[in-house]
Amino acid sequence: MDRRIQLPITRETARTIKSGESCLLSGVIYTARDAAHKRLCELLREGRPLPFDVKDATIYYVGPTPAKPGRVIGSAGPTTSYRMDAYSPAMIEAGETGMIGKGKRGPEVVEAMKRFGAVYFAAIGGAGALLSSCIKEAEIVCYEDLGAEAVRRLRVEDLPVVCVIDSEGNNLYESGRNAYLASQK
Amino acid sequence: MRELSADALTGVIARLCVEANCVLPCDVKARIEEARKTEPWETAQGILDRIIENYGIAEANAVPICQDTGVCCVFLKIGQDVHLTGDIRAAVDEGVRRGYAEGYLRKSVVKDPLRRVNTGDNTPAMLYTELVPGDRIEITVAPKGFGSENMSRLAMLKPSDGVEGVKAFIRKTVEEAGPNPCPPVVVGVGIGGTFDKAAYLAKKALMRSTDERNADPYYAALEAELLESINALGVGPQGFGGRTTALAVNIEWMPTHIAGLPVAVNINCHVTRHKTAVL
Repeated sequence: MDRRIQLPITRETARTIKSGESCLLSGVIYTARDAAHKRLCELLREGRPLPFDVKDATIYYVGPTPAKPGRVIGSAGPTTSYRMDAYSPAMIEAGETGMIGKGKRGPEVVEAMKRFGAVYFAAIGGAGALLSSCIKEAEIVCYEDLGAEAVRRLRVEDLPVVCVIDSEGNNLYESGRNAYLASQK
Repeated sequence: MRELSADALTGVIARLCVEANCVLPCDVKARIEEARKTEPWETAQGILDRIIENYGIAEANAVPICQDTGVCCVFLKIGQDVHLTGDIRAAVDEGVRRGYAEGYLRKSVVKDPLRRVNTGDNTPAMLYTELVPGDRIEITVAPKGFGSENMSRLAMLKPSDGVEGVKAFIRKTVEEAGPNPCPPVVVGVGIGGTFDKAAYLAKKALMRSTDERNADPYYAALEAELLESINALGVGPQGFGGRTTALAVNIEWMPTHIAGLPVAVNINCHVTRHKTAVL
């Protein structure tokens, strides 16, 4: 049974979401990939405000295809998350509570998630056409010069994700694989 | 000698860019649907269902299957009896430019790997040319996503490492990639040649239909054995566990030096795209 989560996710809510849990997210999320994270973290280092409120924010690692006429957005599946590992601890410390991407995360990210209370979700990589149907509104917040990598504010309804790493550091990529292998013995 | 204007390539390439990005090849669909039938793990079954639903939506609405519409690899097999007039490179790039604009595809190419400014039109294409007998030109467009490209590896093994060393390296590459390249993956392998030729062969292996095994029975058996052992790793669709880690292993090989055993592994995700036309 999928758990419905209304965004934003507070630190307290983040600590209740468990690795392996399938969730449907509704509300506002922000998009950022490598190039946008680099700029956001430069602002954080300089102690300047971010172009959007990062407190309790969920960031989706995605660079969508351009919207066809009459559509909100193009295909919009997750990109590989480890490229954001260099930036995520600072973002989590600044208030980010949710990350949506796909693939492994480094130990420094997991440590920050445990320390501050944050969750890492995966959306299905390569299912960009399907995931885009959950995006009801999209607008560029900043960094328009980055094209697909600009920061966008999205309103999503029932975006299907799976909690891969929870705020205790439990990891579905390890437990899921181990459970499957154990079932085959 | 057949004379052809290079400009003839442009329209064909533009069309192939759009079709390749929105319609998954039949053989890849068949592999995914077969895997769904044999997958014993429930979570994995659910993921495969959504992957199937996704390419159905993409095809019906003519939208890209995946938002990473890739760097555009263009393979030209040019018949030696064709005389192409005009600028081939410009004609190919114009095709990519047009296809990525008209198809609402993502522009994912930076002009310079270090200074990283987007070219804005997904050019230049990664252009591969090969001279073949005849008077035709075969054009294959293969958009290549980088989630899987980043998980690709190359090793200069020793001859003493032999086939066991090659198998271990391929298996390790897929295992270490884990969830990152969007499994289930298609594994392209190049064995032999030189450092660069091995990588080229691995890319070329991904252009071969997953319906087709290597023409040499020895390598066909190796492909089957590797697929079986990769699907025993337990990584599963999206890395959440399960049987279906790979859909196919395609190997290409060529002669090499007495001192060497190069092996390259080029990984492709379940959105393995390529589309071919002949002029």
